[in-house]
Amino acid sequence: MSAEGSGGATAPVGVVLVSHSGPVAESVATMAAGLAGGGATAPVAAAGGTPDGGLGTSAELIAEAARTVDRGAGVAILVDLGSAVLTVKALIAEGDELPEGSRLVDAPFVEGAVAAVVTASAGADLDAVAAAAGEAYGYRKE
Amino acid sequence: MSETALDAAFFVRWMTAAAAVIDREAERLTELDSPIGDADHGANMQRGFVAVAKMVETEPPATPGGVLTAAGRQLISSVGGASGPLYGTLLRRAGKALGDAPQVSAQELRSALGAGVDAVGQLGGSAPGDKTMLDALVPGVAALATSFDAAAEAAEGGALATVPILARKGRASYLGERSIGHQDPGATSSALLFSALAEVAK
Repeated sequence: MSAEGSGGATAPVGVVLVSHSGPVAESVATMAAGLAGGGATAPVAAAGGTPDGGLGTSAELIAEAARTVDRGAGVAILVDLGSAVLTVKALIAEGDELPEGSRLVDAPFVEGAVAAVVTASAGADLDAVAAAAGEAYGYRKE
Repeated sequence: MSETALDAAFFVRWMTAAAAVIDREAERLTELDSPIGDADHGANMQRGFVAVAKMVETEPPATPGGVLTAAGRQLISSVGGASGPLYGTLLRRAGKALGDAPQVSAQELRSALGAGVDAVGQLGGSAPGDKTMLDALVPGVAALATSFDAAAEAAEGGALATVPILARKGRASYLGERSIGHQDPGATSSALLFSALAEVAK
């Protein structure tokens, strides 16, 4: 639990989903929120594709999504591949482009998004959200 | 190498020349990116450097470091592909290394670009020989010790030398052996930045 939560309701960790494709990011966000189920879910925002609707990565959309979900408890950013990974890393290295407490979470995109949104909705802090998303790498399918 | 002092105006000219050469070569960059990438390198670099050229024209920073830092920021925010954060990091790290100095020597530029190249390797988790922009940047920066022309030649040579290499990074790495025989688009655009630098230094 985050420190500022000791006196009352804890601000939730925000989750940002960055994909090369707008529809992929949107759909995974919808699915993760849906699977997190009943009650209040943590804020989730999709940052997919380029501003003109093409395939790619947009620093602008990522920064906007992170601001949208930032409640002061940190923002977990999940990415698909290539330029999505590099753009978020570069933005974090910049220092002032993303809200304080923004973190690139090393996790599989779909499974990690579900785990992140479920744990963030349960009130977990950023470390726990990141750990849950990363643990999704361990779920074998055969 | 002559110890001419390079001022902010020189760096503005470099970025403007880089935008022009990227614009001229955009089609070739995209062609190189078609067999082993996703055929967007030319358009991505063009978009990024159009933004850089506009920035240096409308609000030129006052120092060499300022020009490179602001150019890097434009690239990160406008390119839309992996080359955005990679070139953005190259220029920003180099710009930060130059600090607030109103003028810098060619050797200071060389060492700043060296810091930028290190940061690119770290960000991409790659090394020379992986068939990436580093294959042009590393020899280019090393040859800056001799002259701007030597740097342009070395970077171009480095880009050509990526043809027989098996790609180990990025989308091209999924192709395995089929990536052999193609010149790396990122190394090619890196060589263009050095040719722009040699051009403005004349």
